[in-house]
Order: sequence, then C-alpha cells, then structure tokens
Amino acid sequence: MSNTYYIESFSHVKNGTVYVNGEAIFKTLETDFKSVMKAAYKNLIVDYPKFFKMDNLSKLGVRAAEVLLKEESEKNMAMVFSNRASSLDTDRGYQDSIKDPTQYYPSPAVFVYTLANILMGEISIKHKIYSENCFFITEEFFPETLSPYTTQLLDEKKAEKVICGWVDVDNGKYNAFLYVVAKKGTFVHSDAEINRLYKTINE
Amino acid sequence: MSDLKQELKEKIIEQLNLEDITADEIADNDPLFGDGLGLDSIDALELIVMLDKDYGIKLADPKEGRKIFESIDSMAAYISAHKA
Repeated sequence: MSNTYYIESFSHVKNGTVYVNGEAIFKTLETDFKSVMKAAYKNLIVDYPKFFKMDNLSKLGVRAAEVLLKEESEKNMAMVFSNRASSLDTDRGYQDSIKDPTQYYPSPAVFVYTLANILMGEISIKHKIYSENCFFITEEFFPETLSPYTTQLLDEKKAEKVICGWVDVDNGKYNAFLYVVAKKGTFVHSDAEINRLYKTINE
Repeated sequence: MSDLKQELKEKIIEQLNLEDITADEIADNDPLFGDGLGLDSIDALELIVMLDKDYGIKLADPKEGRKIFESIDSMAAYISAHKA
C-alpha cells in the first residue's frame, strides 16, 4: 500500500502566458515562440544567458520549472516528464542544417539538444538537482503514465519530491504543465486531480 | 586585421547566441572562456566548426583550440596565418 502524496504547486506555459497555481503571472502579446520566450526570460529569469543557447524544448521546460523551483530548497528532487513530439522540433532543424552534402557542417550546439531528456539536464544544472529522472513519450498528456513511477520514487525514498508533467514543442506550438509532488501540499496526488489541474488552462 | 576582429566578434555573438552582448562590449584581449565571455566546451566545438566553415581552417588536434580561442586577438592572428 503506497502512501498518499500531494501536489505542492503547479505551472502552465501556454499562449504567451505563464501561470502559477492557475493564476497568470506573466502575459505577452508576442505570438511566435522565440519572442514569447525572450519576453518571459526578461520578465522572470534573472541573469542566465545560457537560456538563449537552449533549444525550444529546453527553453519551455526551464521557463515552466523556474516559477516552481526558484524558491525551492529541496535538492533531492526527481523528475518525471513527458511529451508527444520528443525532440522532433530540434531534430528537424538539425536535419535541415546538414542536408546539403556540400555544406556539411554539423553544429555541436544544435546536435546536443536532439534528445528530449536534455531539458531535464538543463533544469538540473540550473537548480543543482542531482536525483533520478525519466522522460516518457505519449500521444497526449496522460497522468496514468507518470503517477505510478512518481509514487514509487517517493515510497522507496529515492527522492523527497518529484517534479512531473508535460513539456511539448512542435512547429511553433507549445504547451507546458509541471507540478511538484511532495509529502505535503494542497491537492491530492491522484490521476483525476492531476487531470483537473492540467485542464484548468488546457480546456 | 581590425576588420577581421570585428567580423569575429559579430560571428561569435550570432553563432553562439550571446544575447544582450554587442561587438563593442568585447575587447580584443578579453578571455573568451572562463571569466570572460563565459563560453563552454560546446561553444569551443562550435568555434572549431566556424573556423572550418568560414575560413577553411581544419584543426587536426582540438587541443590546439585552447591557445587559438583565448581571445579575439589570438583567433584573428591564427586565422590570418592559416586562412586557406
């Protein structure tokens, strides 16, 4: 019998808006992804120029995680993420950059992001998190994939907290929903409750 | 040489996505790595690709990069001496 855990806080990034616990804390009228991320960086992330070297997926994940982790002191935190497009958005750009055999100069800075789980590495570096992580690829957001693993990590004391959710970028469309699971919190960590929080912005 | 140095600064800013830095803010002898521009190991690989792509210079030994990429001065001197 596993313990009951709780969702401490959650964030969404969608349609030029960053939400924390369902409340919009930043909104821009920019529409293209790059401009949205630049505006959100200037408003919410202090002095972290590495942000601009990241691919779109990492930028979105770092942005969504920042509002949950900037005041977080717990470093024994696991990550359980998911999305639909994996790193396809970056893979396409990389493929496009090397398709001409007469101009074959593969970019190391682009290549390093051709894996979805690099975004968890970027969050780990920024917030000095060293614990376990796992990235699932599913057709749509499906908490039933994430919650058993999250519960097991906490039950087995592999982590004190787990940051979970969905970070997806593909062809200019983007959507992020992250939440922190802990021993204490506001919402019960159940599939129904996770779905409800996800849909507060995604209905 | 000064044209080359200006060109290098602009290329580095663009290719390494150094947001909020202008060419005027990079001194010719500023360290590019560490406490200077804060470039990292992936940036070093990107500079090696830039030497090949834009100046036709292939570095056989990546360790050579340590000296070459110390500053804009050292990059410009190396490119001037080895440009294809």
